[in-house]
Parts: sequence; structure tokens; C-alpha cells
Amino acid sequence: MRIPCPLCGDRDHREFTYKGAAVALDRPGNSDWSDDWDSYIHLRDNPAGDTDEMWWHGAGCGGWLVVTRNTVTHEVKAARMAADVKGAGA
Amino acid sequence: MASLIAKSPCAGMAPISVGDAALREVDPGVITSLSPLAGGDVGALKAAHGMAFPAPGRASGKAGARAVWSGRGQAFLIGPAPDAALKAHFAMTDQSDGWAVLGLEGTAAREVLARLCPLDLRPDRFKRGHTARTLIGHMTGSVTRVGADSFDLMVFRSMAQTAVHEIEEAMKSVAARG
Amino acid sequence: MRIDGKGLINRAAPLRFTFDGAGVTGFEGDTVASALLAQGTKLMGRSFKYHRPRGVMTMGSEEPNALVTTGRGAGQTPNVRATMQEAFEGLEVRAQNAWPSLDFDLLAANDLLSPFFSAGFYYKTFMWPAKFWEKLYEPMIRRAAGLGALSGEPDTGLYEKAFAFCDILVIGAGPAGLMAALTAGRAGADVILADEDARMGGRLLAESHEIDGKPGPVWVDEVLDELEAMGNVRLMTRTSVTGAHDDGTYGALERVGLHMADPGARPLETFWRIHTKRAVLAAGALERPIAFPDNDRPGVMMAGAVRGYLNRFGVAAGQRVAVFGNNDSAHRTAQDLAAAGVEIAALIDSRADAKVCGDYPVYTGAQVTGTKGRKGLTGISVTTATGVQQVESDCLAISGGWNPTLNLTCHMNGRPVWNEALQAFLPVPDMVPGLEAVGAANGVFSTAGALAAGVDGAKNALQAIGKKPVSVDIPKAEDGTYALSPLWVVDGKSRAWLDFQNDVTVKDVKLAAAENYASVEHMKRYTTQGMAPDQGKNSNVNALAVLADATGRGIPETGTTTFRPPFVPVSLAAIGAGARGKGFAPERFTTSHAASVAAHAPMIEAGLWYRPSFFPREGEKTWRASCDREVAMVRNAVGICDVSTLGKIDIQGKDAAQFLDFVYTNMFSSLKVGRVRYGLMLREDGIVMDDGTTARLADDHFVMTTTTVAAGQVMAHLEFVAQALVPDLDVHLISTTEQWAQFAVAGPKSRELLNAVLDDGLDPEAWPFMACGTASVAGVEGRLFRISFSGEHAYEVAVPARYGEGLWRLLISQAEALGGGAYGMEALNVLRIEKGFITHAEIHGRVTADDVGMGRMISVKKDCIGKAAASREGLSASGREQLVGLRPVGAVKQLLSGAHLFNETAEAVRVNDQGYVTSVGFSPTMDTFLGLGFLKNGRARHGERVRMVDHLRGVEAICEVCDPVFFDPEGGRVRG
Repeated sequence: MRIPCPLCGDRDHREFTYKGAAVALDRPGNSDWSDDWDSYIHLRDNPAGDTDEMWWHGAGCGGWLVVTRNTVTHEVKAARMAADVKGAGA
Repeated sequence: MASLIAKSPCAGMAPISVGDAALREVDPGVITSLSPLAGGDVGALKAAHGMAFPAPGRASGKAGARAVWSGRGQAFLIGPAPDAALKAHFAMTDQSDGWAVLGLEGTAAREVLARLCPLDLRPDRFKRGHTARTLIGHMTGSVTRVGADSFDLMVFRSMAQTAVHEIEEAMKSVAARG
Repeated sequence: MRIDGKGLINRAAPLRFTFDGAGVTGFEGDTVASALLAQGTKLMGRSFKYHRPRGVMTMGSEEPNALVTTGRGAGQTPNVRATMQEAFEGLEVRAQNAWPSLDFDLLAANDLLSPFFSAGFYYKTFMWPAKFWEKLYEPMIRRAAGLGALSGEPDTGLYEKAFAFCDILVIGAGPAGLMAALTAGRAGADVILADEDARMGGRLLAESHEIDGKPGPVWVDEVLDELEAMGNVRLMTRTSVTGAHDDGTYGALERVGLHMADPGARPLETFWRIHTKRAVLAAGALERPIAFPDNDRPGVMMAGAVRGYLNRFGVAAGQRVAVFGNNDSAHRTAQDLAAAGVEIAALIDSRADAKVCGDYPVYTGAQVTGTKGRKGLTGISVTTATGVQQVESDCLAISGGWNPTLNLTCHMNGRPVWNEALQAFLPVPDMVPGLEAVGAANGVFSTAGALAAGVDGAKNALQAIGKKPVSVDIPKAEDGTYALSPLWVVDGKSRAWLDFQNDVTVKDVKLAAAENYASVEHMKRYTTQGMAPDQGKNSNVNALAVLADATGRGIPETGTTTFRPPFVPVSLAAIGAGARGKGFAPERFTTSHAASVAAHAPMIEAGLWYRPSFFPREGEKTWRASCDREVAMVRNAVGICDVSTLGKIDIQGKDAAQFLDFVYTNMFSSLKVGRVRYGLMLREDGIVMDDGTTARLADDHFVMTTTTVAAGQVMAHLEFVAQALVPDLDVHLISTTEQWAQFAVAGPKSRELLNAVLDDGLDPEAWPFMACGTASVAGVEGRLFRISFSGEHAYEVAVPARYGEGLWRLLISQAEALGGGAYGMEALNVLRIEKGFITHAEIHGRVTADDVGMGRMISVKKDCIGKAAASREGLSASGREQLVGLRPVGAVKQLLSGAHLFNETAEAVRVNDQGYVTSVGFSPTMDTFLGLGFLKNGRARHGERVRMVDHLRGVEAICEVCDPVFFDPEGGRVRG
């Protein structure tokens, strides 16, 4: 598996660590426990198809990436810097 | 007052020469991490030291005074002590003692690295002045092509012994194929 | 039998090796199988289940029968295919799965029991009693059935893994692959041409075809010369491409030193990860057998292999060869052998309308219906429309047609489709993105067709990567049609074998269908067909045809099992190459390592780091003696400990303080410059992640300390928060762990020691508890922190790592002069237990801030990671296991970590569990064992007695529950 790191280019997956769904970006804004928090921490979709995932390029640039990957074909369709995705208000 | 003796990371481990590859320890001089501050001007590096702040995957400057991209929003100024003027523009840390720097040279150098790095090092893909943060064996490190057949490798200082060992094993293996 | 003038072996270079101790003569270029066949050896192995005598069937990596063991002791390798192992001087080869010998195998008695060993016999026979499976049945079956054995000694051979990159990977160097490589290479693409044979050329080395009027091997050499001269083509012989993986990554196993008597420093094998933009699969095709009664006699071989042994190795596989096929390609075996002067006993073609000519007996519309000769074929029964004839023959060459070697195309779950005309499965485009099958692998079986298909495949690949093809002339070659009429099974009384390697017969597959294991996947698992090392290469299609027939369906409706990686068996040693001994994991050494080792300190692993356990002194016979002394030294004088391994993260930027407020539960924006604060970090789910101290060096500059083991995790976490949650903050993170050598100087005499080491002395007023700043240390600019992990008046002093060893030696000599010295991990652990300080033994991933008594450290004034989740009732409910101290008060004085806690009189069983012990140590300070642990509702139970039970080590002790801070609870010493 290869991941096209926006900074480093196309790299072998062994340089990356997976962290879970990119839902991780959507942290609820307040610190009172709520259903939003429950779903943020615990609930994940399990799509057969495209999904956004967090990958850490720990053995590369150190960047956190949002990788769009198809769970059926394993095709990696895009990778963006998490900071850019979050900065754009995703 | 006693004065402290300085010891280099690979003292007693290099140089090593096997077949068509040679490994030596490089004295990098001062290594300073530069991370552009919000509102800082990356052009300050050029003004102070003459080389551009490098783009991702690139090294600027020349031997003895290089700026080597070292990760997201970060480069290492390698060689000169950082100019005081940089402080207004960059978050800086002294990294001079944090890294073992090794020079791998020779016509077999690329084949040696093929045993260690999952990196496309073909000369037209990874040219002189290109750099990568990547794996060197099990270690995270930095690989910079500094010449047609020469690379500068950086790993954490504490892993110097493992790095030299693994590179030497790869050198022997490549040499044995003749 | 060798045929003069035939073959590509080097007759000027004879060599000798042994097979079961007996000498065998061969030539350079021989395989073990070809050399054995040349001397007339037919019996090469025993079958898996029935121990039937078996001979070599093929000449490639698909070989099911001729599996042998090479080498001896540490160099012993089982299950080597004799068809792939190149012969070399001194090679030691042994037969396997036979006892006492290959010729006389007692376990052949299994064959007599075969009625009981039919499909599903494991499930039917060994059901009852259940206990017998593990104790009796499985060991018995494992001994009787099986392949070669490991020596039991560690493999001392060298193995290697490596990465390669190219634009176009060509898999297989037969006619199609060579033309593909030539076309791609001339266009300037970076090409890797990989072939699993020792010599490139594929079937062109095994056939008598001419290419452009030249013998096939001559043409091959010319092409190879041109490819070799190109700078952009890499030729990899002896390299099996084993798997097609995601995004253009291919696994490949190269045999580097396995064909050499002395490989020297060469690896035996190299496992390659090849990344390519496009791949051309030119893997050819594999001939398939026909299932007729007793078709497994030594001497029954594939027709293409018999032809190949003749043309490639100059070996006639028999003296009187019969040929049996359902297609025209089989005829070539008879023609080539006859031309070489070998007697053809019969050519039997199952097709009534087959056009056959030749100066030997020909039977059309005929079938082989039986064989004779237990350890070597002696004759066959040929049934024609007019009756049965016995034909004397010592070698029967069979051909049931050809299956394209499309295995790699299935590795990403693609399904091939059935082609009625070819009676074979063919790949469909894009089963593996970027990979195109060409030539025989794509069902194009003529040489001319393969040559042209190779060019086309390369052109498609070049176009896909944006390179312009250069024109390539397609050489002239045979363009025969491939006519066959399906023939899978010849009926008869005796068993007819489908999967030779796993001993699966036609009857087994029919039985599976009858017992309703009618889906191909079920049949495979029920009969084990296709599950042997050849992974069904020789048997899948035939078995499928039998299943289709038995279930009354067509082959396309019956479907096919899919192929998974690896294409050929890959030794684990090659996959894990380099990862043993020193290569298992990097070793991280502190700057004091050499000095600690010189002081005879045993080193223990802490993550990847090596840290000293204790520093033995003369007269100390046990580690406890050293540890007790070191603890007392710190409590009474001064001790030195290398703490460089703790993670140090430099945090800068105008929003650094705000960032720390967010990642720590407690407040850091209120920390004054020049001060240090203890911080607790949670995961977002409210569980404790790590703890440590953070120093504020300037308004916008902090240095965070993490625990040794969590340094990497915390760095990744902080980067996640900075990039993915609060990217608008101006925060800059970088590890400085390796930059600084940092030493704890702990004990009542620490100030006195440092006063002598710091160039400007140590002003007590300037360095209160939790102060930090820069300091000139023996002429070097360093950092000083007044922090303590021992509860003593203590400091940590840091210098750039190059001076680490020097400073260590200086501190030790100063400490020894003051009655102190170095202390190791054991003493450090006891010191912190005495003070109730937690480590990852306590914050092990299941405890909350409240559990460790730090619930109030979660600031109510701000948000932080984990705050919302930590506020859930269940994370601080009473009844949770809370951190307590434990001290033994009964007759048994020993405490053990990992032990469980029970109420004093309760039975020590799971339902009564009250908690567990996480850390223990003997405190010389208090002359007792002390423990930390978690106890249900523990904070409310101080003073209570509980029973510690270590079921594993059989130790019980009555303990008193107490506050985890055993020593100096007021903290007077640390501030003193």
C-alpha cells in the first residue's frame, strides 16, 4: 500500500501509522459530556466504499494526514494534510 | 574546574569500507531546527545565511552550510551557528548533539540503501539536493543525496551503533554479490 | 539417461552431490531433479498422507512430488522442490516423509488404510472423545502425515530484504516477457525483468522451437545481451514474484546463495518489495494432468516437462516413453524424443479425430486406464474402442491441456473467467490495477502469439506511463493452433489422483459433493484439495471439473477458488530477514552506557533504551544488596541516575501555553518562567495517557518531559492535537530527547555536589523546589531543573549529549567523594514507590485520573483533552479500583506485583477479586516490602487488612491498606 503524502510524495505504508476514522477532526466544542461526545469517541461508520482516515506520517514528515481510501478496492484516492482539512473548517 | 570531553555519536564505529561503498561519520557542525513562526519571514534565512528556506523534500545551500528540510514546517540549518536575527522568525532548537550524521559513498551506495530504506532512490527521482525523512532499517531518519553516489544519513544519536551495524551488514551483503 | 548433443548443461563442468547418501553426478546447469532423472532415479518422494511412492512430475516451481530436504543441521532446509534446486558440488539432498527409508517406508501402511482416510476423515474419525484430539490423534497424525522436518537448530543462514522501484515490472522471461522487456527497455522505461528460473528464456529453453530461424536459446541470449547492455533494465533471475499487492507493490523472492556450495557473505534469499507503475504478467502456463487410475506412479510425468528435460537438460526421462494427451502440444513430446532417438512406446490421444503422424504406435480415441509398477512405472493399460492393450513403458508423459499462470491476477480478489475454447480460466483486465497478463498467461499459447503479446503488453504499459514506444520487430516463430478436447477423468476401479501433494482423489471430491460440500470453497476445505504447498497449481481446475460434473453444473457456474499470495512458498527467514539478533530492534544507548557497563551494571531494556539495573560494588552478592545500598545512598548522601531516556519535547510559539492547557488536565498558562510543574495528560476517552513535568524556559518556550516508554506516543499525540484539532495555534513541537544528556542528582548532598560542578556555584535562593533555568556546567552551557522523582532534595542537570559521558564521570566521582554514587532502575523504582509516585505500571491504559487520586487535577477553568469523557460518572464512581499503598503485616513479608487482592477472609477466587498489585519493592528505608496497587474503593479503606494472593507463584500475604505515600508525606525533604 502506498500513501501519497502531500509533503513527501508517494510513500510505502510502513512509514505511516493508522489512527482511525477522520471523525477525529470533529471534536465537539464544549467539555460537557453529551451524545455528540459519545459518537465522537465511540461511534464509527463501517462503509463499504470510500472512507476518510487519519494516518500519521511518523517515519516521514511527521504530518497527520486525512487519507481517502476505498475499503472495497483498497484504492487510496487522496491524501491531504489534516491541518489543511481542519483549517478549511471540515 | 574540570572541563568536559566531547564525544561524537559514532566515535570508534566508522569509517568502514566494504566493496564499492564507504561509510564515514560526518561532523555536521551546528544543527539548528528552524520552524517558521506565525508572522515570521522565512526569507530571513537567506538574508542571514545565504540559502533559501527549503521546500519539502529539498536541501538548499552547499556542503558546510546547508538547510535541509526535516519535516512538516521544519528545516535543519546545518553547519553555521544560527544568526541571532533568525530568532524573530523561527522557533529554533539546538539539535547538534541529537543526531548521528553518516556519509555513505560509492557506486554501491544506492544498492546499500535499497536494503534499508523504502525509498525510490533512482537518480532521476531522487537527485542531488533532494532529501527525505524516511525509515533507515527500523529507525526513522533523514536521507539527503549530496552527490551522484553519496548520501548523508541522519539518525538519532542513541541509535548510532545500530545504524552503523545495519548499514555495514547491508554493505557486506551488497559487496558479496560482486 | 543423458542424450548426447542435447541440452543447455555445461558438460565440461561435471559435479557431484548426494541423494540419501548415494553419489549423484550431474553437470553445471542441472537441477537436482534433472540429475536424478539422468541417472534413472524415478522415486524421489513419498506422498503426504498415504506415503505412496512418488516421482518428479514437472520441471518448475509447481512440482508437487519431488520435495526434498537439503543441507544438515542449522543449514537444513525442508520441502525444497528438486525441480528448482540447482545442483552443485557437495550438495546434500535427502528424501523426506519416509521412514526408515524412501525405498522402504513403513508408513506406507497408511495406503492400505486409505478407505478410512477419505475426504473429511479428520472430522468423522477423531470426533470422540474430545480429549483425545490434543493428546493422541493430532500428534499421531502429525507424525504420520507431513512434509519435511525442521532441524530444530537456529537457522544461521543470512537473509535479506530490499526495496526496488521501476516503471514497468515484467514477470516471467519467456517469449512474451522478453519481448515486453525489450519493448519497454528500448523506450527508455525503467524495467525490472524477473524470472524464477536460474536461466531466462522460459519455455524457449524447453522446446525445440526456432525464433527468427535461430534455436530458441540462441535468440534468448541475444535478447538478454541487449537488455543487459541497457542501463535502464534490471534482470533478476532466480526471482519468483510472489504477490501482487496494493498500489503497484509486488513481493518477490530471490534465491541468491541457495545454488552455491559456499555463499560466503551472500544472503541465501532476498525478499524484495518492488514498487512499479505498471506490470506485465508473462508467467506462462502450467500443464495440467489427467486423472486416470493409478496416475501417480513414479514415471508418470507432465508431457511438457518430459520434453523440457530433454531439450533443456539433455535428459530422457525414460527408455520407452508413452505419451497420453488430449491436445496437440503433447505430440511434440513424442516428436522431440523420437528425434533424439528415444523409443516411443505409444502416443495415445483421447481425441478420435486427432491428426497424428509419427514413426511409433499411435492410438487415437484412446485412454490410459491403468498403470503398473509400484516404485517406478513398468507398463500402462491403453483402452481403445476395440479393447484394452498392455503397453510396456517406464515413463508416461501426460497432458490434459494448459492453465494460464494467472495466479497473481487473483491476488486482489479478482475472479478469472472460464474460456470454453481453451477449457481454461483466463484473466480479465484490471483484476489487479496496473497489471496486464500477456502471452500464455493470458491464454495465447503459440510462440508467435506470445512474442507479439509481449510487445503489445509493453506498449500498453508505456502508454499508461506516458512514454512513447520505439518500434520493435516481432520475430518469426511457430504459430500452431492449440486444439484440445476436454478430458479430466478416466474412469476406473483404482484411485485417480487430483491433488498429488495432498493425496486427494477423484473419489474424495465426489464424496464431498455427495455430502453436500458442493461449493468449491467447501469442497476445498473438506478434501484439502489445493491446500498443499503447490496451492492447487496442478489440481484446481481438474478438481473443479470433477466437482462440476458431480453436482451437475458447468464449470463456470461452479466457480473457482481464488489464488492468494504467495505464488510460491516463501521462507519466514526471508520475510523476517535481518530481524533477528541485533537486527530485531534498534538499540538506544545513553551517553553513560559505556561507563555503566564498565561498572558492571546489568542493563535492562526500557522500550528500545538500555538502562542500568544497579551498580554492584565489591562484596555485594545479590542485586538486592546493591539496590538497598543505592536507596540508602540517595536518602542519606547523594545518588546519580541517567534520566536522558525520558522524552523531552520542545514546545515554542506564541500559543504554546494555550496548547499545554489543552493537552494537560491542569493549568500551564499560569506557570511562571523559570518554573516547572507536574502535568497529567489524558486520552480523549478520559483514561490517563502519561504524566511528567514541564518547564517554562520563556513566555513562548516550554520543555515537556514524558515518561521513557510513552515518549513516542506522546509526541504523536501532541502533533495530532496541534495539526488536526487546533491548527490555528502557533505551536512548534520538536523532540530534543537526543540533544540532551540529563542526570538526576538526588539526595541531601545534591546541592553540595552541584555547587562544586556548576561554574557559578548553586545559589540556594535562586533554585527553590521546581525551579529551572540555564547553568554553566563544567564549562558547558547546560540546563538545571530542581525536580525530584525520589522525594529527596534533587536536581536534574542536562548538557548537550556530546558531553554526556564526561559529565556522568564527573558527577559519579564527585558523588563518591560525598559517600554517594550511581543508582540504577531498581533503586529508582524503590525510591518512587516509597513516595507513591506512579509510573506506567500504574497508568497502564485502564485507569482514570480519579483512580490515581488526581481527579482534582482536571481544571474546571478550561477545556482539555479527555475532560468531557472523564466527567462521566462511571470514571470516578465509588467502587472503582483506586490507587493504594500496601504493606505486609502478616507472617509472609513478601509482596509480588501482578498478585490479586481479596478481603482477608474471602476465598481467593475471581468473583471475590478486590484489586491487584502493580509495583512492589523492598524499602530499606522502612525495612519492609512496600507495594502500590489498585483496590476497590481503596481510598476509603486505609487501615483495612486485605489478602494478597499470587496464584501463579503460590504466595499469600496479609497486607495493610495505606496511603500510597509511605515516606515523608509532608514533603519536607524535597523542599529542604
